[in-house]
Amino acid sequence: MNLAATLAAEPNEDLAHISNVLIYSAMAVYLLAFFAHMAEWLFGSRSKVARTAAALTPSKTAAAAPAVAVKAKGGTATLERPQVVTRSVTGSRDVPDGPGAAAGDEKGDLYGRIAVSLTVLAFLLEFGGVLTRALSVRRAPWGNMYEFSITFSTVAVGVYLVLMALKKNIAWLGLPLVTTILLDLGLAVTVLYTSSDQLVPALHSYWLWIHVSTAIFCGAVFYVGFVATMLYLFRDSYEAKLQSGGRPGKFATSVMERLPAAASLDKFSYRLNAAIFPLWTFTIIAGAIWAGDAWGRYWGWDPKEVWSFITWVAYACYLHARATAGWKGRKAAYLALIAFACWLFNYYGVNIFVTGKHSYAGV
Amino acid sequence: MSKTEAPGQRDDLGAAGEHLSTAPQEESPNLPSLGVIGWLRWFWRQLTSMRVALILLLLLSLGAIPGSLIPQSNVDELKVQDFKDRHTTLGPLYDKLQLFDVYSSVWFSAIYILLFVSLIGCIVPRTWQFVGQLRGRPPGAPKKLTRLPAYTTWRTEAEPEQVHGAALALLKQRRFRADLTADSVAAEKGYLREAGNLVFHIALIVMLIAFAAGQLLKSEGGKLVMEGDGFSNTLSQYDDFKSGSLFDTDDLAPFHFRLDDFQGTYEKSGPNRGTPRTYRANVTYSEGADGPEKKKSIEVNKPLEVDGSKVYLIGHGYAPKVTVRDPKGKVVYEAAVPLLPIDQNGTATGAIKVLDGYKNKKGDKEQLGFNAFFVPTFAGEGKGQMFSQFPAADFPVLALSAYHGSLGVDSGVPQNVYQLDTRKMKKFKDSQGELFKKRLLPGETMELPNGAGSITFEKDLKEWATFQISQEPGSVWALGGALAAIAGLAGSLFIQRRRVWVRAVRGADGVTVVEMAGLGRSESAKLPEELSDLAAHLHEKAPSAPDPHPDPDAEAASDSDPDAVPAEGAEK
Ligand code: HEM
Repeated sequence: MNLAATLAAEPNEDLAHISNVLIYSAMAVYLLAFFAHMAEWLFGSRSKVARTAAALTPSKTAAAAPAVAVKAKGGTATLERPQVVTRSVTGSRDVPDGPGAAAGDEKGDLYGRIAVSLTVLAFLLEFGGVLTRALSVRRAPWGNMYEFSITFSTVAVGVYLVLMALKKNIAWLGLPLVTTILLDLGLAVTVLYTSSDQLVPALHSYWLWIHVSTAIFCGAVFYVGFVATMLYLFRDSYEAKLQSGGRPGKFATSVMERLPAAASLDKFSYRLNAAIFPLWTFTIIAGAIWAGDAWGRYWGWDPKEVWSFITWVAYACYLHARATAGWKGRKAAYLALIAFACWLFNYYGVNIFVTGKHSYAGV
Repeated sequence: MSKTEAPGQRDDLGAAGEHLSTAPQEESPNLPSLGVIGWLRWFWRQLTSMRVALILLLLLSLGAIPGSLIPQSNVDELKVQDFKDRHTTLGPLYDKLQLFDVYSSVWFSAIYILLFVSLIGCIVPRTWQFVGQLRGRPPGAPKKLTRLPAYTTWRTEAEPEQVHGAALALLKQRRFRADLTADSVAAEKGYLREAGNLVFHIALIVMLIAFAAGQLLKSEGGKLVMEGDGFSNTLSQYDDFKSGSLFDTDDLAPFHFRLDDFQGTYEKSGPNRGTPRTYRANVTYSEGADGPEKKKSIEVNKPLEVDGSKVYLIGHGYAPKVTVRDPKGKVVYEAAVPLLPIDQNGTATGAIKVLDGYKNKKGDKEQLGFNAFFVPTFAGEGKGQMFSQFPAADFPVLALSAYHGSLGVDSGVPQNVYQLDTRKMKKFKDSQGELFKKRLLPGETMELPNGAGSITFEKDLKEWATFQISQEPGSVWALGGALAAIAGLAGSLFIQRRRVWVRAVRGADGVTVVEMAGLGRSESAKLPEELSDLAAHLHEKAPSAPDPHPDPDAEAASDSDPDAVPAEGAEK
């Protein structure tokens, strides 16, 4: 009998029930937020604020940019602070960011703000759901895939809201994020649901808190980076088309011109992926230390370990690609997508299709 | 927004843009024409280029995939066998391709060895280059500062020397390495990025070596220990033992421990009745051949660390103590017999083997064997099958069936201690001629038929625990390497290396023109902000001169120019 696989605690049914109610409520509110975002985009499409096309018309970019010197403002004698200009680098497009989903449309803007408020509310509900689940099982709420999924989406929304609070330009993330959160929660409550008394195992160790919490956090950030990378690829083809004198479709134009510039999206996703990579490295190492305590070997090529390693190497590839001439831009972005796919497979695929020591999926 | 660095940028800037990192410059793979040496050189250059490192990294991740999908013999030998039995055509093919041992296969090893050769070939020159950069000076300002990604300028009545002096002081105070040249100040900061990057890559090598050494030198063995019994860490004491190919039995650390007692507590009620809550093995151990004794409890996830070895608690079970007497009443066997659990509630089976000392009624030497079936908590007479109801020993019952004859242990074939080989044994028979068997409560005795002796289930029920004792010599190095890798990585990814130049020149009208520009290698929006902040400070020392004739053209140019975009946060 393997001792490690059999230790577990007794759940509290009432709290588990409250947790479920909270999760369902959160889903309902996310759904409302989803509709509000849709309204935001719809109203925004009426707006005539469109700058990208103008900035990218071939005639203008062809003109060599003269060196710029910014002088004192308005030519007055006193200057508060010298103004810094940034100069585009040879070879990259110089396009301002799009105006955002509402594109200045008043109604769209209103709906946008409603959507964010609803997202905050849903986040609080979902957070409560995760918390009560944890209290009901009296352990970290990361014992099976249902619990991973609800925690994961809570953290992803948390990351988004924090970036929002830091006044980062990420309103564009709202709709895609809320959509996938709904998908994630939908999967969680239908396919992956594990009632809280069906406790799988003893992940009894403080390393559970360290290793799994950082893993979920990394996943959430990688996910946001992934969305940004996807949008970068779309926006980049859109800009490339405009630049070469093409005319993208009406719908594409309406959506794309409201997004940030390709360069901004690209840089945003790079920063997220790069910033979280050390933490991902740490997560794997923490897992190895825990495995050393629990199973008597710190690395044993268990499928979960293998896929964490593959994910890690894939992100290392991506970072290398960014530093290698000829691999920047789209090629590097494809690597980022592959790396995220590895992460996703590690998360869902390995738990469901592959059996190993980490098989606590509970499905 | 500042822009992503593009390939053409460095060419624009000449020396100023050079060596902002020690990353190797890519060359196009021109085929060499110069004999063997030329080819070798070419090959080395390719191997140590970023492009090949990238490809090798990709190959490494691809190569790791099959090992997660195909059963691996170092993980689960049985599964591999099962797979081979089910796939008669694929099996041998996979075997040839070493797909059952991916992580020690020739091709997987080739990938990572190439990668690490490439890594070393990359680190060594980069380290030299970096040392050179540390000893050298920040490169002088390019001619046209306006070409740099972040730029600002103003006119001041301060003397150029004054401006330079103030700039030098300011930059040094901000911990830039700053240097005054003929007409400008050159400064650079963020060398830790490069250092971190080198540390990270070196740490990878340390980790690999530690990992490899660990695989070669490790040892791992299992041992079942009864309450009250001890274990000395020598090869002969192990039940099973595996080790790496360079392991030497002299490497076993000479420690000793005794299992004082084993405690298991279980959920008493509710849907999870019977679920274990704690397992604890209380041991007394001593380090070295005869070190002082210390007490410690080993739990799941909490191994005992002693002399560089780790002792893990792996399993537990019961060992009923029995006494066997011969027809004359003489004790011929007295031992606690470990039984193997077969379910979560502690139902266990095993065998009791009396090898020598027993003589039957006729005075002939014979061996005795008993099949044992044990339940720690019996359901009660007549209540279904004899399976345990609860894992704790609340109502222990031992069921025995008896044989005599030859146990067959002399044939030289190693025997399973938990199984009776009855091929050369005869059953003791009851009055109906069936196999003689009986259920015993603690303290009860089973008299063998026809006065052939007896066996007693003693009241003193013992528990046993199995331990895994492993030694992984490289693990401290691996951990050290891993921590260094994280630190290096954080430095490499969070620190920005950047250069700032300040040039002050007296213009034709006698007023000094100050120009400041910044260049960062990495993709940061912080550079314009930093430049703006530096400029503001310098501006205090060298305030703007009144502009004699505002230049409407320049204003207009800056507003309409598509390439001149105010930096985020720089205008405030
Ligand atoms: C074992 C495999 C390797 C791993 C996991 C790895 C990982 C990384 C990571 C994560 C970075 C990111 C740091 C950053 O973006 O600044 C990096 C940077 C770098 N790596 Fe590696 N690396 C490996 C092998 C190599 C090899 C073989 C080379 C040499 C050809 C190399 C050369 C570089 C260079 C030059 C940089 C700095 C790029 C820059 O300045 O941005 N690496 N590496």
